[in-house]
Amino acid sequence: MAALDQTQVKEGIDQETVDAVREVGGAYKHGWATDIEMEYAPKGLTTDIVRLISQKNEEPQWMLDWRLQAYDRWLTKEEPSWAMVDYPEIDFQDQYYYARPKSMEVKPKSLDEVDPKLLETYKKLGIPLKEQMILAGVEGAENAPAEGRKVAVDAVFDSVSLGTTFKAELAEAGVIFCSISEAIREHPELVKKYLGTVVPVSDNFYATLNSAVFSDGSFVYVPPGVRCPMELSTYFRINAENTGQFERTLIIADKGSYVSYLEGCTAPARDIAQLHAAVVEIIIEEDAEVKYSTVQNWYPGDENGKGGIYNFVTKRADCRGDRAKIMWTQVETGSAVTWKYPSCILRGDDSQGEFYSIAITNNYQQADTGTKMVHLGKNTKSRIVSKGISAGHAQNTYRGLVSMHPKAKNARNYTQCDSLLIGNKCGAHTVPYIEVKNNSARVEHEATTSKVDDDQLFYCRSRGMDEEAAVALVVNGFCKDVLQALPMEFAMEAQQLVAISLEGSVG
Amino acid sequence: MLNIKNLHVKLEDEDKQILKGVNLTVEAGKVHAIMGPNGSGKSTLSYVLSGKGGYEVTDGSASLDGQDLLELEAEERATAGLFLAFQYPVEIPGVGNMTFLRTAVNAQRKARGEDPMSAADFLKEVRKTAKSLKIDAEMLKRPVNVGFSGGEKKRNEILQMAMLSPKMCILDETDSGLDVDAMKLVAEGVNALRDGKRGFLVITHYQRLLDHIKPDVVHIMANGRIIKTGGPELALEVENNGYAGILAEVE
Repeated sequence: MAALDQTQVKEGIDQETVDAVREVGGAYKHGWATDIEMEYAPKGLTTDIVRLISQKNEEPQWMLDWRLQAYDRWLTKEEPSWAMVDYPEIDFQDQYYYARPKSMEVKPKSLDEVDPKLLETYKKLGIPLKEQMILAGVEGAENAPAEGRKVAVDAVFDSVSLGTTFKAELAEAGVIFCSISEAIREHPELVKKYLGTVVPVSDNFYATLNSAVFSDGSFVYVPPGVRCPMELSTYFRINAENTGQFERTLIIADKGSYVSYLEGCTAPARDIAQLHAAVVEIIIEEDAEVKYSTVQNWYPGDENGKGGIYNFVTKRADCRGDRAKIMWTQVETGSAVTWKYPSCILRGDDSQGEFYSIAITNNYQQADTGTKMVHLGKNTKSRIVSKGISAGHAQNTYRGLVSMHPKAKNARNYTQCDSLLIGNKCGAHTVPYIEVKNNSARVEHEATTSKVDDDQLFYCRSRGMDEEAAVALVVNGFCKDVLQALPMEFAMEAQQLVAISLEGSVG
Repeated sequence: MLNIKNLHVKLEDEDKQILKGVNLTVEAGKVHAIMGPNGSGKSTLSYVLSGKGGYEVTDGSASLDGQDLLELEAEERATAGLFLAFQYPVEIPGVGNMTFLRTAVNAQRKARGEDPMSAADFLKEVRKTAKSLKIDAEMLKRPVNVGFSGGEKKRNEILQMAMLSPKMCILDETDSGLDVDAMKLVAEGVNALRDGKRGFLVITHYQRLLDHIKPDVVHIMANGRIIKTGGPELALEVENNGYAGILAEVE
């Protein structure tokens, strides 16, 4: 403890963090003194770090036990290698799981020090100056005067959920919408009942890791028969300090309820690749319906493939009751590496799963994404529409499973996978897995691969659009089926993102 | 207005000369027609002027109101006031016709430093113009040229032309694939745009389009050159005697 007391805490380090570390300090006697020289919690993952996270979130014992059990399982698991993505080996003991890896000194002091390309992106998205500063991790941005309209997003910033704006109105309807850490404290019975029931602790390497170390995330409970009075939106950001990269989201739609949930993601540009491993679990009871939309715009790395987010995400929805419905819509434009398969367990009879996806990869981005439709109940239906766009040196893979179990009588699936190539150095791959174990099931799969046609581009340009506008227009047309599935305000943002992420892809 | 001097063009990837010294001047407010047999270089001329890739200009020049066209990107030529009505308009799946038009109009306005047209103004304008070309509202919503009939595609080209109000219009075989009624409609659309200032270059195989769009000057093109220039009577001569006579006469 002496070492810790003597350590000079740099300006800007959260005093709470220091206090928390101090309190559990006894547990850190191994190597703590040397590690703390870094002025923030040590790298690597140990039971002590898990305890620290739990303590910081003021969690009850059962939650800590859950995390510790996950941690033990994680130690026995191996990183999956089957995806068509190639990245340098990740040293999981060289990561920060709680504290801040960058001191305040390296935080940009003003927007002038921020990567202009990133700012350009924010500007194009119509994000006001103050928000731009916050997003870019500029020192003291929170205190800057706000101008223009406020971005109507609830945000998970640095483990602090701001999703409280409409709390009163939501409470009136009986809807609980809060951070998961708050839910663990305030609604333990719900969390205990549902957490880990869709994505079990030991589901996969990254999900297990997340279960041990998740810092925060969102919690939604919609009671029976309630139609959530507004769209719920969470805005995730991997912040400059490299914390909050393991979000956990739990959504429960009780019988006959409905909720539409939007998730936005961004991250500031950093030279070093950052790890992101989130878990989303959705439980849909009888006659309930959930729409989950994502616009993922994590930092993709620069045009030479340096930096960017490694995005290993497990998302799964369980249609537990009869006639339950889930619709996943995702627009994936960011991340250096994407490993993500939002899935649907169609357990209830007549339940339905839909998956609409746009995955855009440019420069050296790699995406291996798709879905799993697991048909367990009778008359279950699923629909998959996937649009993959590759430009630059990018590799884009659709990987999907459609599984018709023996009891899934008359189950139906329709899959459509379209790939669009821009230029001749990128790749598009489609890997569909189909398992049918009963005769009455019907599975349809259609796939196309095409190139952005020079004649189309010339036609647009001869009408006055520059090359990038022409590509954006043609690609937006290609993605139309999926863009239409997005809620209105997200569709606009997504369209602009399509244009932005393909900049520099031609010519 | 449009000045083409000694224009020589070859294919970029092949050693094949297509235009071998084209000289042509279209004055403001005039309609010039270019007729000629297949493979004479008519369509190549329209592509080269509008900036399509795959061609290499080996000699000569082309300018619009004194501005060197060959130095400009395709979109800059459009903004400078050049418009090409395509012989085979391209399909763009998923992009609504209206969205396409509005994107084009506002791209040109932006390039000229003007404010974008508001959605309401645009809608009013496009509906009015579409109505005059007998294009119904439903066609404006459909994806660009996807599933359009031949006549619809060509009317759509004229709609774009009207909305973009160019200085110089090139019509590349706009009559091909049209029945008589459709051709009349298209010709009426073009005639409505003849305002005494705008220049037209009408490329066609047949005289029949020129019955509806009356040219001031007719050029005959063969083997990469303009071999004969005359008045509207020249088109009639082609109609009656074919190109053989004129070709023989020149040689």
